[in-house]
Amino acid sequence: MRPWLEKQLHLIDFTLVSLARRKTKNVGLLLAYTLIVFVLASLSLFTHALRSEASYVLAGSPEVILQRMVAGRHDLIPAGYLERIGRIRGVQKKEGRLWGYYYDPVVNANYTFMARPASEVADGTIMVGSALARERGLAPGNTISFRSYAGKLFGFTVAAVLSPDSELLSADLVLLSESDFRRFFEYPEGHYTDIALSVANPQEVRTVAAKLSAALPDSRPILREEVLRTYQSLFDWREGIVLTVLAGAILAFAILAWEKASGLSAEERREIGILKAIGWETSDVIRMKVWEGLIISLTAFLLGGIAAYVQVFHFGAAVFAPVLKGWSVLYPRFTLVPAVDGLQIATLFFFTVVPYTAAVLVPIWRAAITDPDAVMRA
Amino acid sequence: MIELSNIRKAFNQGRHNEYWALHGIDLSVEAGKVTAFRGPSGSGKTTLLTIVGCLSRPTEGRVRFKGEDISGLPERFLTDIRRQSFGFVFQQFNLIKGLSAVDNIILPGMPSGRPRRNLVERADELLDQLKLGHRSRARVEWLSGGEQQRVAIARALINDPEVIIADEPTANLDTALSKEFLAILEGFTDAGKTVLLTSHDPLVVESSAVHRVVGMRDGRLIPD
Ligand SMILES: Nc1ncnc2c1ncn2[C@@H]1O[C@H](COP(=O)(O)OP(=O)(O)OP(=O)(O)O)[C@@H](O)[C@H]1O
Ligand SMILES: [Mg+2]
Repeated sequence: MRPWLEKQLHLIDFTLVSLARRKTKNVGLLLAYTLIVFVLASLSLFTHALRSEASYVLAGSPEVILQRMVAGRHDLIPAGYLERIGRIRGVQKKEGRLWGYYYDPVVNANYTFMARPASEVADGTIMVGSALARERGLAPGNTISFRSYAGKLFGFTVAAVLSPDSELLSADLVLLSESDFRRFFEYPEGHYTDIALSVANPQEVRTVAAKLSAALPDSRPILREEVLRTYQSLFDWREGIVLTVLAGAILAFAILAWEKASGLSAEERREIGILKAIGWETSDVIRMKVWEGLIISLTAFLLGGIAAYVQVFHFGAAVFAPVLKGWSVLYPRFTLVPAVDGLQIATLFFFTVVPYTAAVLVPIWRAAITDPDAVMRA
Repeated sequence: MIELSNIRKAFNQGRHNEYWALHGIDLSVEAGKVTAFRGPSGSGKTTLLTIVGCLSRPTEGRVRFKGEDISGLPERFLTDIRRQSFGFVFQQFNLIKGLSAVDNIILPGMPSGRPRRNLVERADELLDQLKLGHRSRARVEWLSGGEQQRVAIARALINDPEVIIADEPTANLDTALSKEFLAILEGFTDAGKTVLLTSHDPLVVESSAVHRVVGMRDGRLIPD
């Protein structure tokens, strides 16, 4: 066991020295490789996160959301709208919603304030999301004050911290009573941010939406199925890109592999011959080269993967920002929550590390099985 | 120690450029002695050494090493024999560039899994004996020809082989360094090692350090 271990250490040792000897070439290789992994991993992480985000958001969203538009911008729903909607047939439930964003200069973050009936949240108290509680160091019973946009200071008692398993939707949430909400944002009585509707017969959603637009021309109904389609087309579009990029990546790999296959330089061939002549077995030589391939590809895999993770989840997939713009009206504060699974990593691994290592091995193997007597000439 | 019987070697056998480099060599090499092969270029000296050193196989004939027929053994066993029993000093030294003298010297010891510390200690000892201790950590490409040759010799000795095979070991050396090499040769035989070498150099083949000179011509031995 011990000599076996020593031998592996020798092989790794020699491999590292070998890599260092051809520094420029290997660094170039590593960079190209890392870039490929980065692009593939970014795309993979991005779709995955988007899909899970979408299913999460959509699961709890109402069938129709009615917004009022003024000069192309989202505006308050004035009093009387709810009653007028009530007269439209097919609408089963309607609920005026009150929500808004609040910028907290203390921690430099945006919160979502949302009103709840007084039966859920008593006046003067709030419930806060877990991320927010963490940031501001809040626990039930603590008090906190927020300065409203009008400049007045409002004090609240924290009644509860929302459970962290719904963090995706509630991390930055502040729930407060309707009357507190109206006072804080100075919303007039009867006004709402938007209206959530449910429709008796799901088949009639489009008809109901058409009736709503006709009855309230300054409103915009947003259908859950439309949002769904936005996601869908985004995914389709993205998948088109994936194919293109994948083709590019495969091409890049082919180049890398070809470079390796044909580029087993005279120098490398000579070294393999020397090692064999002085007593290295074919398997030792191959093992050493496997280490070399693994060190390069695993390093590239880790670097590219981590860079992709940071890019997607900490910089909001900046590379894909143009794609996101299309729906930023719906989800202006869209941030991706890290979602990675084993299958994803395995797939990525399979498409990057495995082909490279295999491509490296074929020429090495060919060189390693030839008789070493060639080193006596040259 | 080593017996060759009716060794024949063909290159590119069965093809239009088939070439027979050796035509039936019979030879017995005595242990603890220096045997030199001398002959014109192309007479098959290097080819013969590669067969004796298990770097290639004869097309026909038998090689016996310490009484055992090794010509039919699979590659793995030949590698083992090569590593355990032979040390090679190549004409072009064949050191690996970018590695230090010591790192080159310990290469043959790696496959057997000898601990690195142990190998490095031995390499330093050998370099001291060869008066190159002060250059042990220098990269080999910065060493002079004579220094590189001593590194190559130290590498041949790291596994403490019974047989040393040297192909044209003095071809790249001036007279002074060639004489130094002859002195090292005497050290080998004093330590009981068997040496096989090829040389054109009269200084080597006529030296008292060489016990037997075998002439070669056109792939055959010239009787003594
Ligand atoms: N791989 C090979 N393929 C074809 N022919 C070969 C090969 N190796 C050697 N030969 C031929 O075999 C003959 C013997 O070669 P070898 O290298 O043994 O000669 P040598 O006596 O060592 O010559 P020198 O003194 O020039 O080194 C030469 O004619 C050479 O061209
Ligand atoms: Mg020769």
